[in-house]
Amino acid sequence: MTAAAAPPALAFEGVDVTYRVGDTDRRILRGLDLTIAPGEAYGLVGESGCGKSTAAFAAVRYLARGGRVSRGRILIDGQDIAGLSPRALRHLRSHKVAMVYQDPARALNPSIRIGRQMAEMFEVSEGLTGKPALDRAAQMLARVQIANPERVITAYPHELSGGMQQRVVIAMALSISPALLILDEPTTALDATVEAEIVELIKALRHEFATALLFISHNLNLIARTCERVGVLYAGELVEEGPTEAIIQHPRHPYTVGLLRSAPKAGVRKTTARLETIPGFPPPAGAEVTGCIFTDRCPIATDRCRREAPPMADLGGRLSRCHYPDEAADIPHTTTRPNGEKGKPTRRQGKGSTLLLSAANLSKTFLIGGKTLHAVNDISLDLHTGETLGIVGESGSGKSTLARLIVGLTSPSSGTISIDGEPLAATVRRRLARQLNKLQMVFQNPGAALNRSQTIRRIIGRSGAASEDRLQTLARSVRLADSSLSQKPRQLSGGMQQRVAIARAFAGEPQIVICDEPTSALDVSVQAAILNLLADLQAERGVSYLFISHDLNVVHYLADRIAVLYLGRLVEIGPTEAIFSGPRHPYTEALLSAADPDRARLKGDPPSPTDPPPGCAFQTRCPRKIGRICEDQEPELIDAGGGHAIRCHIPTQDL
Amino acid sequence: MKRSPTLIAGLAILAIWVIAAIAGRHLAPQDPYADDLLHTLAPPSAAHWFGTDQLGRDVFSRVIVGARDILIVTPLATLLGVVAGTMLGLITGYLRGAFDATISRAIEAMQAVPLVIVALLALAAVGTSNLTVILVIGLVFMPLIGRTVRTVVLAEADLDYVAAAQLRGDGPLKIMFIEILPNVLPLVLVEATVRFGYAIFFVASLSFLGFGIQPPSADWGLAIAENYSLIGSYWWVVMFDVLATASLVLGVNLTADGLQTVFER
Repeated sequence: MTAAAAPPALAFEGVDVTYRVGDTDRRILRGLDLTIAPGEAYGLVGESGCGKSTAAFAAVRYLARGGRVSRGRILIDGQDIAGLSPRALRHLRSHKVAMVYQDPARALNPSIRIGRQMAEMFEVSEGLTGKPALDRAAQMLARVQIANPERVITAYPHELSGGMQQRVVIAMALSISPALLILDEPTTALDATVEAEIVELIKALRHEFATALLFISHNLNLIARTCERVGVLYAGELVEEGPTEAIIQHPRHPYTVGLLRSAPKAGVRKTTARLETIPGFPPPAGAEVTGCIFTDRCPIATDRCRREAPPMADLGGRLSRCHYPDEAADIPHTTTRPNGEKGKPTRRQGKGSTLLLSAANLSKTFLIGGKTLHAVNDISLDLHTGETLGIVGESGSGKSTLARLIVGLTSPSSGTISIDGEPLAATVRRRLARQLNKLQMVFQNPGAALNRSQTIRRIIGRSGAASEDRLQTLARSVRLADSSLSQKPRQLSGGMQQRVAIARAFAGEPQIVICDEPTSALDVSVQAAILNLLADLQAERGVSYLFISHDLNVVHYLADRIAVLYLGRLVEIGPTEAIFSGPRHPYTEALLSAADPDRARLKGDPPSPTDPPPGCAFQTRCPRKIGRICEDQEPELIDAGGGHAIRCHIPTQDL
Repeated sequence: MKRSPTLIAGLAILAIWVIAAIAGRHLAPQDPYADDLLHTLAPPSAAHWFGTDQLGRDVFSRVIVGARDILIVTPLATLLGVVAGTMLGLITGYLRGAFDATISRAIEAMQAVPLVIVALLALAAVGTSNLTVILVIGLVFMPLIGRTVRTVVLAEADLDYVAAAQLRGDGPLKIMFIEILPNVLPLVLVEATVRFGYAIFFVASLSFLGFGIQPPSADWGLAIAENYSLIGSYWWVVMFDVLATASLVLGVNLTADGLQTVFER
């Protein structure tokens, strides 16, 4: 603290947080030191289990049962929060600090209208009641760029989309004009286009309200777009801190380097490079480690690192907890960059191979509260041997329903599916064993996809790996330790669980594996390893993938062809290069630009699938709408050459 | 597993009565069935700790021996109800459809009538014996347990591990009994203990009404029925049987509570 004028908005001074589990204390935060100046935006980044959320809860003295600050002090606006009386604590939470959580649906009371919930904030903070409080609520909603606050005020939370809900939560948080706003993964539950909007909103509001920000995220790019300074948390310890730009461009801690490199980047394909990963696992929660906490996973660790824990070293305006901060920047890449020569080559599949799976005019309608929902609307696609077809779309686009239709977990309202020219029955129960064998699935959430009462051996074994030999070969091919076989799913990390799920899918030697967001529940470094594994298995076995994801970079890495879905409609399909180089559908364009801060952004939320707009499904949000024709007439899928087709009224050459 | 004082207390009470049920004849200080017409309705004393009844029989000995029939009938009835109810819950919860709808409506209709009435009617029709009491209570419990299990099965069936089992071609039986059943067993166990406590109360009521355990058993409910008119002057002929019944129910309920906290952890 240099300026004596104002105390920092938030200061952690050597804070340990321990949780009591059974009879032992586990240290979740280890000597956390950080200071956020008034009005400053500070990003805290780290993978799941590193203690980010614990830090957030500790800051408002709201730790879960069994947790306590066992060492150090936490100061908000210069005030030590440990000594606050219940009354003072309430004042702190109602006037100085506000928090926004990951899932807005759970932060709002489902049975109270938005206006009423917001009015409560003004009752507590300003003593307003009745009409004036409601008016203030409407004003706040307008400030978070909600177009028609009067309507939203009378709505119940479930009547709003996820993005709108999060805006309401942010409006509520800001309504007390807090000195400090804590955002805990505020966009993780939202679609990419909505996320981009929320991030813009946060940036704009920050300047308007002059509030300090603690932005917690697993995504460094998001933090880069909103924060001036960033701290990298690993296993409860701050390992690096400094100006965002400097940390991202020139990381000086090996963990930050690994974190930055493991995210798939635009332009990187499975055909040219493997993704870099951080080997090994973080230490178990609360484990006490001698030496540097990152040693076991560090590519440049020496004996010194194992012996003595590095102190936080000042590198001139930035800090790094590493003995060799200068070497960290020059850690050699473990795999090839595009056009490089190291790393494992992957076989190029795709063109010239034979047709394997064909879905024709698939539709699925659900009846919800008297309304028909066209979850999947007349979609036709083909999948060839050894090929990966990526399926991209926001939530509600029908991508998961499409996957379930193809594997037969849901029966289509109309349309047909065939494998090797042989038509498939609508549901799993009517399909033959040999047809089932050809088609397997990897699910989004491995925790729910593995039977928690069975051992890994049994889970994989029951799916076709009959002999112990086969079982071990399979386990090894997904890099699963033999010792894991006798464990239960909950004893494994999320990444390991997903490996088990992949081994299970491959146990019966399938020809097609449908992957439904297989990495979206996982950390970036784990995601990279899983994507590498999927690419390797494909190269070894020539299996085809139908790969569903909302993350374009992930799809770009793995897919040979991409299909883009919007409101149950196929709006574009074509080879990956063609889609990324253009011409492309305005919606695809918007998806691409969502990840890019400099490009134009999509306004508004997707319309409700039960109530799609007439004409082109995308016309309500389309930045390139050409006129009446878009509202009146649904465009055809127009061939753009080379297997590339776009559903848009705008002539292909102009897209 | 954490130690739960509740569980330990419950199990201790249960253990006492189980020992009494198994070895009651040897533990009883006097012959529980021997009349002593010279000492009828004697108050509690050193010779007769709990006093004597209308026929001069030792109440303490009868309370010990009286544990036997109820501890044969109620566990078996509960077991029958739990096994049948779990199957019913698995089938209705996993297969859904018309079968589930029919069964569910039938259960709701049945719940509108007090269960004791249903059981009384059934027992009046088939005649009363330990075996028929077991069957009737088991069948009356089946739909109640089935409903509870069904709710959990519905949630389990939505999890992707069930989808994965379908995708490898497992039939409904395999999925219900190999995949889903182990995950609902903790709930079934807790449900069983709760039902067990209720069964004790239920059988005691039936015995009191003359449709449960039959004479000459020293059963508690039966003893209460035989003696309750005397309670004004001779409280001991009823009170100790009441306390015995209550303590058994308490023991079972404590066990149920304890198990629940242990499973929740």
